[in-house]
Amino acid sequence: MNRRKFRKAASLIPGMTLLTLGRAGWAARVNESDIGLKRLIVVFLRGAVDGLNVVVPYGESVYYDSRPTIAIPARGGADALIDLDGHFGLHPALAGVAPLWRERSVAFVHACGSPDATRSHFDAQDYMESGTPGVKATPDGWMNRLLAMLPGAHTSTQAVSFGPTLPRIFTGRMPVANVGVGQAAARPMPLDRPVVSAAFDRLYRGDDPLSRAYREGQQTRRQLLAELKQDMEAASNGAPSASGFVEIADEAARLMARDKHIQLAFLAVGGWDTHINQGATTGQLANHLRPLGDGLSRLARNLGDAYRDTMIVVMSEFGRTVRENGNGGTDHGHGNVMWVMGGAVRGGRVYGNWPGLAEENLYQGRDLAVTTDFREVIGAVLTRHLKLDGQRVAAVFPGFRPSATAPNIV
Amino acid sequence: MKARCINRILIKAALRRTLVSVWLLSGMTLLHPARAAPIPDDLKPLHVLNRLAYGPGPGDVEKVRAMGVEKYIEDQLTPQSIPEPESLRRELDSLETLRMDPVELFREYGPPRPGRGRKPDPQAIKAARERARVIMQQAAQARLWRATQSPRQLQELMTDFWYNHFNVFAGKGLDHLWAGAYEEQAIRPYALGRFRDLLGATAHHPAMLFYLDNWQNTAPDSPGARGKLNGLNENYARELMELHTLGVDGGYTQQDVIALARIFTGWGLGRPRGKDSRGGFYFDPKRHDYSDKIFLGQTIRGSGEDEGEQALDILAHSPATARHIGYELAQYFVADDPPPALVQRLSQRFLDTDGDIRAVLDTLLHSPEFWDRKYYGNKFKTPYQYLVSAVRASGVDLVNIRPLYGMLFQLGMPLYACLTPDGYKNTSAAWLNPDAMTRRISFATALASGRLPLAQPAENNVGPARKMDREERGPVRRVEPVDDARLTDTLGNALSAPTRAAIKETPPPLRAALILGSPEFMQH
Repeated sequence: MNRRKFRKAASLIPGMTLLTLGRAGWAARVNESDIGLKRLIVVFLRGAVDGLNVVVPYGESVYYDSRPTIAIPARGGADALIDLDGHFGLHPALAGVAPLWRERSVAFVHACGSPDATRSHFDAQDYMESGTPGVKATPDGWMNRLLAMLPGAHTSTQAVSFGPTLPRIFTGRMPVANVGVGQAAARPMPLDRPVVSAAFDRLYRGDDPLSRAYREGQQTRRQLLAELKQDMEAASNGAPSASGFVEIADEAARLMARDKHIQLAFLAVGGWDTHINQGATTGQLANHLRPLGDGLSRLARNLGDAYRDTMIVVMSEFGRTVRENGNGGTDHGHGNVMWVMGGAVRGGRVYGNWPGLAEENLYQGRDLAVTTDFREVIGAVLTRHLKLDGQRVAAVFPGFRPSATAPNIV
Repeated sequence: MKARCINRILIKAALRRTLVSVWLLSGMTLLHPARAAPIPDDLKPLHVLNRLAYGPGPGDVEKVRAMGVEKYIEDQLTPQSIPEPESLRRELDSLETLRMDPVELFREYGPPRPGRGRKPDPQAIKAARERARVIMQQAAQARLWRATQSPRQLQELMTDFWYNHFNVFAGKGLDHLWAGAYEEQAIRPYALGRFRDLLGATAHHPAMLFYLDNWQNTAPDSPGARGKLNGLNENYARELMELHTLGVDGGYTQQDVIALARIFTGWGLGRPRGKDSRGGFYFDPKRHDYSDKIFLGQTIRGSGEDEGEQALDILAHSPATARHIGYELAQYFVADDPPPALVQRLSQRFLDTDGDIRAVLDTLLHSPEFWDRKYYGNKFKTPYQYLVSAVRASGVDLVNIRPLYGMLFQLGMPLYACLTPDGYKNTSAAWLNPDAMTRRISFATALASGRLPLAQPAENNVGPARKMDREERGPVRRVEPVDDARLTDTLGNALSAPTRAAIKETPPPLRAALILGSPEFMQH
């Protein structure tokens, strides 16, 4: 019986949850404790973050020539970038991440991106989420295919998206839970009352998409409420109140630290499309980077021991023009920087084949070239961290062949 | 009761007919592969109310049955022929910011003018922003009151459709002043008119000029170039082709994006307190690029503001635009994955009629695909469609929009707050997910039991809740729990057998909730 058939059969038996059935059915083949739960969190920066101001190639004078008002100074005290390796430096608003860099649990891959050159946000995000650049017809997202490839029993919260809707990256035949974020998510709801849920359980017991979504929602909700109750009992107040990305990251960390079943998680944060008034050390981009860096460092810290077994990948659909435009901003570009964090990362290094910013090396004379396919980076995580074999990696990224020179980040 | 039984018998008979014809067809598919089984006559009133309106309110199905489906469609396509109820008119008239143009809005609610040579006071800026919240509040009230109460339902659907097509995010800078005016002045009046007019109205509106940064788009080294206004900005030019007209596969290149950005240099905002702008729009000749441009293979001579109009003409008349709009309309009204033959006919009608939206819709609403049983009730409602249709079906007179406004936020579809220029989608892939089911059902339960304060006048409908004392609040106006038998009637007695069976097993106080939370009601 394959997993799909099994799930179908399981869902037809009323009154039993997939969780218990799943364990009984699958534990026979794979012993969960032997695997050690490896986790992957993907953070998507929607809107194309300006990677050249995130990990700054300050060693190149072209960088400063191209960006008279928005470059990050290499020297100048608190305003200056944080040196990484003598050539690259980190935006000072990301100071929250600097300790992780020193502990060597964060790495960057520069000049990374999609082989497809579209400058459309929506197409580029679509390709990065389907995992098939240039192919629009792919029906599912790569994290959903990955979920199908993970060994062990499927549980209702094995894959969780943090946000009110399911992103493209998680669409597909495997069930994925999503949880609302913010304070409103935890408020009591009428459907929490047993008499109400009993009535709706009768209505949604079929195998149609609405019924499946309903049941996944119910299971996740119950788990979430149980965890929140534990939190209240632990009286963990006094935690700083957070907003925006920090709040989402805190919620993700809280849930993942408690619910050991969560293996794949996805978070998205927008606001990176800085066509005007991008700012330099301070300003619009800095105001978005600060909560990102703080949120990620808190996520790493709050995961506790689980951080050792976790990989966090931060990506964005494409980079931005090397030259600033006429409005103190940058337009849509090509190559970008990708981040990898986690206990198993060979961190403290900027990876990638840096093509340089000299005009003749730019893509179409204006953008940082892409020298590393984003799937190389994720492929390395799948192979070395999640221990997928070549066949399974190929199922996650159909048509993609990892190169021999893939960055050895894990 | 009797009527219901008869209805049921009719539906059964109709379904039997359908089944028979499906069975007959299955043997003939080789001969007539395109022949489709139409929706039975009995379900047609409900179908048009579900697709041309935000679902039926009490009595609507009977009304449409009496007047005839064809007459209903005709009326909806000519909204000015449908009288607006006096009560709705009065409510809308009470929203003073709805009648203000962008210049007035800026003068009344914009950031304070700093004293000469001084930086603006951050406290004063914050206070102005606080004061300006009333604008988005009133825009949201107008939108939701119209959606739930206006008999011109198709016009409201198309307003929502085009707002998403030409999306503007109210949370970006000055757009909190202008997003409501944008809907009122650039979208709703043209929602069933000519596409070129709609395109032109959005292109000139300060809300769009600001949202996609074109107000800063400047010819480098032009006499007016200075400070931050000193170069091209491609943002509007790219989205204008990708999202508003040709579509991403519409055959344009990066060179076309740059040419179009140059064409639109100088299209911007008037000085806030100057007299030279038209509704906030101002063409600045000093920042325009007067060289000739090659755009989509055509030469546009450098002449100033008119270049932009020429470019909009080219875009509005392109077959790629016709295809793009045809696809979006077929997706919105028929199926997530729209039938290609229908898309083809809609784009042809678009081209034949010079982009007459009413004519294209007329073709759509009389197409065999629109009436195909296969597509009946197959669209998963967006959160907006779901909430508005639930309020309509419940028969509540919506006064206080706060419960809807908050719920839209929780469901990931806050009003005027789609950050990205592609607007909200209307497919089930975008909206069907576990959390959404949990929240929709919870909303349905609260609404059906009369526990949402929808009839309660509220001082502040949108911003953070403010405690009002009893005197200010007035008497508590309770909403009656929804009666399940009446609700079943309202919805045309068309619930499926499994849903009816589940209702029978449910205690009476929960039955209306079950109907509003049923699969039939989640879809339309």
